Amino acid sequence: MTLEHFMKQAISPWMQEGGPDNDIVLSSRIRLARNCADTPFPIIAGENSLEKICHIFQQSYEHQTFQNYEDFEFILINDLTPIERWVLVEKHLISPHLAKKVQNAAALISKNEQVSVMINEEDHIRIQLYFPGLQLAKALKKAFDLDDWIEEKVDYAFDETKGYLTSCPTNVGTGMRASVMMHLPALTVTKQLNRMIPAINQLGHVVRGIYGEGSEAQGNIFQISNQITLGKSEEDIVEDLQSVVQQLIEYERKARNRIIEQSNKSLEDRIYRSYGILEYSRIIESKEAATCLSNVRLGIDLGLIKNVSRNILNQLMVLTQPGFLQHYAKKALTANERDVLRASLIRERLQLEKK
Amino acid sequence: MECQECHKRPASLHFSQTVNGNKTEVYVCEVCAKEKGYMTYPEEGYSLHDLLSDLFNFDAAQIGSHNKTFQQTTELQCPECKMNFSSFKRTGKFGCAQCYHTFSKHIDPIFRRVHSGNTKHSGKIPKRKGGNLHTKKQIEQHKQEIQQLIENEAFEEAAIVRDKIKELERQIHHSEEVDDS
Repeated sequence: MTLEHFMKQAISPWMQEGGPDNDIVLSSRIRLARNCADTPFPIIAGENSLEKICHIFQQSYEHQTFQNYEDFEFILINDLTPIERWVLVEKHLISPHLAKKVQNAAALISKNEQVSVMINEEDHIRIQLYFPGLQLAKALKKAFDLDDWIEEKVDYAFDETKGYLTSCPTNVGTGMRASVMMHLPALTVTKQLNRMIPAINQLGHVVRGIYGEGSEAQGNIFQISNQITLGKSEEDIVEDLQSVVQQLIEYERKARNRIIEQSNKSLEDRIYRSYGILEYSRIIESKEAATCLSNVRLGIDLGLIKNVSRNILNQLMVLTQPGFLQHYAKKALTANERDVLRASLIRERLQLEKK
Repeated sequence: MECQECHKRPASLHFSQTVNGNKTEVYVCEVCAKEKGYMTYPEEGYSLHDLLSDLFNFDAAQIGSHNKTFQQTTELQCPECKMNFSSFKRTGKFGCAQCYHTFSKHIDPIFRRVHSGNTKHSGKIPKRKGGNLHTKKQIEQHKQEIQQLIENEAFEEAAIVRDKIKELERQIHHSEEVDDS
């Protein structure tokens, strides 16, 4: 089973490297939406033409290497079990929308999981690229390289005035969605983030939960991304987003300092209680786990908890999602069984840190 | 909190109802809310796209109120993918690249609303398919450069850039002639 290495690890190889400001920014992502000229978009296209597109990608890109993105794996969604699909979604390698597709949907994923190209999602082609920490400009440059590489084999639907044509009017133009995953516990607890969201929206950016559109913020992790795709260049969009993110980083740092000064042991208490719950609980729901993991990660960032790696938040957030748990157990689990397994995996993982 | 109906998923919705002064409260997940009829949604939840299609309908309400029968008989349909304008408004999705041309008269207001007033692309151009557009973009950039140079009274440098523009324009002209022949 070639999928094995995507399934085994909760955190992708690229996540293990550090990045700028990664005490607050977990990852940066660039997504480009592209369509083939002369083929109707996936919502309306016949299965034959979609199959053709899958075929082109399998023929041209399977096991290819581009720059440092090695050995692209071509995966037909239809060949995956429901749990395997779930795992790929939880690792952000495919979207929930793609996972629901039955026929002629595919993904092309680089071995280090930094690049994934979704085929026949809402658009024919969606190129996604991740970088650890805050590295939007670098990610954009690499995404452009990948875009040119794919354009070598595919004729894009492009219009001089409207730019890259996409199925949804919200993506037309650049087809680009730049997003940044941020851990903002201090801004959340002081309720400052809620007050900032309207201002962020006014600047043309959106704040969402960890699994994108419509998802809830778990573990104080938020995704900030651009809303506007038409009329501004990719570089300008990325620069605008970068400055919003830098502001948020600064506010979060200030809020953290203020909490430490004013909390009189109560913050320290909460962090250590969370640590205790993770270390000793026998049943834990995903929401509680996410909250505790966020607190522990804050404790690590503030230097209160030592000898536990920072990655633990990203890693356990994914590892304790329903899909991953069931993949680990190799069977479907009830909610209760999942809560028990979640607790035991977290305990085991924390034990490992102590060795 | 878990969903009171399925006891599996987390409750994401909270409904409260007051009947004869008795208040009942329910905490359920979105799936059960739909199944058990706590709320009636068109198809798949209420997403950004639904909001968008409401935006489109704003447009339809205006047209419709003027002349409903006229609209029904002459509805626009894309010759390429057969998508008609009313189904575009309902789904908020284009069916193919040709739709952009078919519906071109009606979609700029939508773009303006979604993209803060913008209707024209000014970003990347495909490397291979872009053709003359790359040169045109370069000319645009040079023109801005000239403006800046003139403001700074750097006339000699401005003249150099002007010559560059002339050369680029000659290139475009030349390639268009080749295309025509």
